[in-house]
Amino acid sequence: MAENELHAEAVAGIVDRVVTRYRRDPTCMVQILREVQEACDWIPPEAIDRLQSVLGVPRTKIEGVAGFYSFFYTRPRGKYRVLFSDNITDRMQGNKALMDRLCNSLWVERGKVSEDGLVSVGKTACTGMCDQGPALLVNNYAVAGLTATRIDEIAELIRTKVPVTEWPAAFFRIEDNIRRADILLGSEFKPGDALLAARARAPSDGLMASNMRSWREGLPTGLSGPISMLDEIKRSNLRGRGGAGFTTALKWDACRNAPLKGGMQRIVVCNADEGEPGTFKDRVLLTKYADLVFEGMTVAAYAVGATRGFLYLRGEYRYLLDHLNAVLARRRRENLLGTNILGIPGADFDLEIHVGAGAYVCGEESALIESLEGKRGTPRNRPPFPVTNGYLDQPTIVNNVETFAAAALIALNGGDWYAGIGTKHSAGTKILSVSGDCARPGLYEYPFGVSIRQVLEDCGATDTQAVQVSGPSGICVAADEFDRTIGFEDIPTAGAFTVFNNTRDMFQVARNYVHFFQHESCGFCTPCRVGTSLLKNLMDKLNNGCGSPYDFSEIEKLNQLLQSMSHCGLGHTACNPVLDTIAKFRPYYDKRMIQQDFTPAFDLDRALSAARQMTGRDDAGAHLASEHGGTACP
Amino acid sequence: MSLTFILDGKPVPFAEGETIIQAATRAGVFIPHLCYHPEFKPHGSCKLCTVKVNGRHTASCTMRAASGMNVESDTEEINAERRALTQMLFVEGNHFCPSCEQSGNCQLQATAYHLGMMSPHYDHFFPNRPVDASHPEVLLDFNRCILCSLCVRASRDVDGKNVFALSGRGIGTHLIVNAKSGQLGDTNFTLADKAAQVCPVGVILRKRKGFAVPIGERKYDKAPISEAATTEGR
Repeated sequence: MAENELHAEAVAGIVDRVVTRYRRDPTCMVQILREVQEACDWIPPEAIDRLQSVLGVPRTKIEGVAGFYSFFYTRPRGKYRVLFSDNITDRMQGNKALMDRLCNSLWVERGKVSEDGLVSVGKTACTGMCDQGPALLVNNYAVAGLTATRIDEIAELIRTKVPVTEWPAAFFRIEDNIRRADILLGSEFKPGDALLAARARAPSDGLMASNMRSWREGLPTGLSGPISMLDEIKRSNLRGRGGAGFTTALKWDACRNAPLKGGMQRIVVCNADEGEPGTFKDRVLLTKYADLVFEGMTVAAYAVGATRGFLYLRGEYRYLLDHLNAVLARRRRENLLGTNILGIPGADFDLEIHVGAGAYVCGEESALIESLEGKRGTPRNRPPFPVTNGYLDQPTIVNNVETFAAAALIALNGGDWYAGIGTKHSAGTKILSVSGDCARPGLYEYPFGVSIRQVLEDCGATDTQAVQVSGPSGICVAADEFDRTIGFEDIPTAGAFTVFNNTRDMFQVARNYVHFFQHESCGFCTPCRVGTSLLKNLMDKLNNGCGSPYDFSEIEKLNQLLQSMSHCGLGHTACNPVLDTIAKFRPYYDKRMIQQDFTPAFDLDRALSAARQMTGRDDAGAHLASEHGGTACP
Repeated sequence: MSLTFILDGKPVPFAEGETIIQAATRAGVFIPHLCYHPEFKPHGSCKLCTVKVNGRHTASCTMRAASGMNVESDTEEINAERRALTQMLFVEGNHFCPSCEQSGNCQLQATAYHLGMMSPHYDHFFPNRPVDASHPEVLLDFNRCILCSLCVRASRDVDGKNVFALSGRGIGTHLIVNAKSGQLGDTNFTLADKAAQVCPVGVILRKRKGFAVPIGERKYDKAPISEAATTEGR
């Protein structure tokens, strides 16, 4: 038998094994592709052949999905696939020098596969390790706290072809870095307590009947158990922790009251696609408080009458999967998941974990649902909203990890207790992911209403010129605004709190964020697909010294267009970092506005520099310096 | 039948479940669009048909009409935004109207004329998009693709073939063909397919039949797209 036939047969064997585990269900396409790649190191055409025949879906659909996610490769990317996290904090911590060191050491060009096909080294968006960067992913497993020594060790392991599973465990050690704990990070929660408390709170008469009806038949009203749980959530004034701050009780109520068509069920989804650069709280919550999160999901299922759930885990947190599955298995053993949970008749709920594959846009709830259904992660047209037409057209709630953890605490301690913490319109606490220029990066949990200044003091930040709150899609706060507070009344946040001291160039911060949005635009709608690329080109143009006042007005016009015409929040907020830094840190831009009048971005010397380098020119006329930018434009 | 909404100051009747663009088209009011086609499920991606409903921007092809809506469409502000989107589509691909077989029949070109687009304004991206001439009857020129997905929907929903799909992400989004080779010649695509008829630009071209109608006598040479669309329902 020819070698390629043997190969095709081996690949088919792998595909069959994976597909069987996922019940030949095409809605698990993202999971199937991920596991096939974990076994084959990429997704070879033979695997797509086999998937097409065993799943009975067209090739175009499989290739469309595989082509969407950054971590799926339909071309070989090496036995070792190294991706350096390229958030602004990684850059500040020197990721570029480390990446160059690894590339030089392995004789591989950045972004390419080594000639022997062994390794590729590239960049990826923030991997959620900003408190312990610089960080990288090797075959999707996180390595943090990189040093030159560690890079040399990694190079040696790759050169000697040691499988990643046999690398020293210390390489993969991730710290929790909890610096300030409050009700959530300080909770001493016993699994099952929240559910028992929720049950105990319901009026005893008719408990059984009401639960039976609400869980099994999805009848929405007049039921004491779930309704009293929902009442607690209402009383708590809990709002979503993903950044938008939608009132949790309203969402749950809408899902609970959505009509159920025959054969359908309600769905609870936990959004752990923590992709906003600078955010890493969910990483710690899922590491240390997984029970609290799963219990919050179960409480939600109880309240809305759902029987099935998902946790959508970002691909960068793949290393947490085994741990989380172990927690789920234990909860099933302890009857905290499954049927008749804790003996509550009709209380049936279970959940599975889906792992993403490198797509920030999947943090948008309808894109996340598309991804859960095994599709490209493109945000849907709304209305209808997920609460009525979500996962496979069923009523679905999607909430943030921290929201579910808070819901579990509310079930345990009651809504009034929770509403008493924080401020009038922002009940409870918020976990901030603090990173950047400070002595003690990590998680800080505060009651809402804390000032920026207080956080800066607590984390040991000095000479701070700016804080990016809630990541690139949030706002950039300058020193004269440090008395502003965290909360829905003033500065809402999904949790990122990135500190920049006086030595940082805020133009480069904004430029890094613009590159991020350009990379993560899903490409569905014209304004965001093309507009984020135009914006990136404009920022690069300024960086290359070709900027003039003309480009400023272009940036402002693009912002207007993206705000009004984009399909989802990614496009709406893509210009924020630029507008904020122009408004608050204008000198960094003025420095780059070298030209008085319009100057084209195209620079002949830069365009020719690659060819000139290849032909070995090094005389002054070769203008090789210009490729690094800064002095190029005439 | 008394349901109406206000479109640019005038009442427009609509039936329950109709979208804004459907009702507008029936009333003879043209709303520019590229990915919308009355025979297919709306996609909502090109955003050309964006209008303001009670002050908020929304795509009129996906938004259902409702009584009491105040819809603005033919305003200077919205047309300027549409023009910018059209310019974006022009620079994103490689569009050379004078040498294009579809010139005069092209919705992108006709829409640009309608919106008074005088230049591409933005820097061209000049993407590298090879053509696919593998099929005996049809040429695919991806240079002109605007990712409207009409061929995707037609092939999937009408022809039942799934010949086309979108792959890639962001600015790298591109049309793919249902064959291991990636070539149209290795699919069961035929000229009789609905997907062969719906391309609003010049990607899917019939071979050996070029320039059958002289430039100057083509569809949008005779009547601007605003008239052509409302008289034939698209």
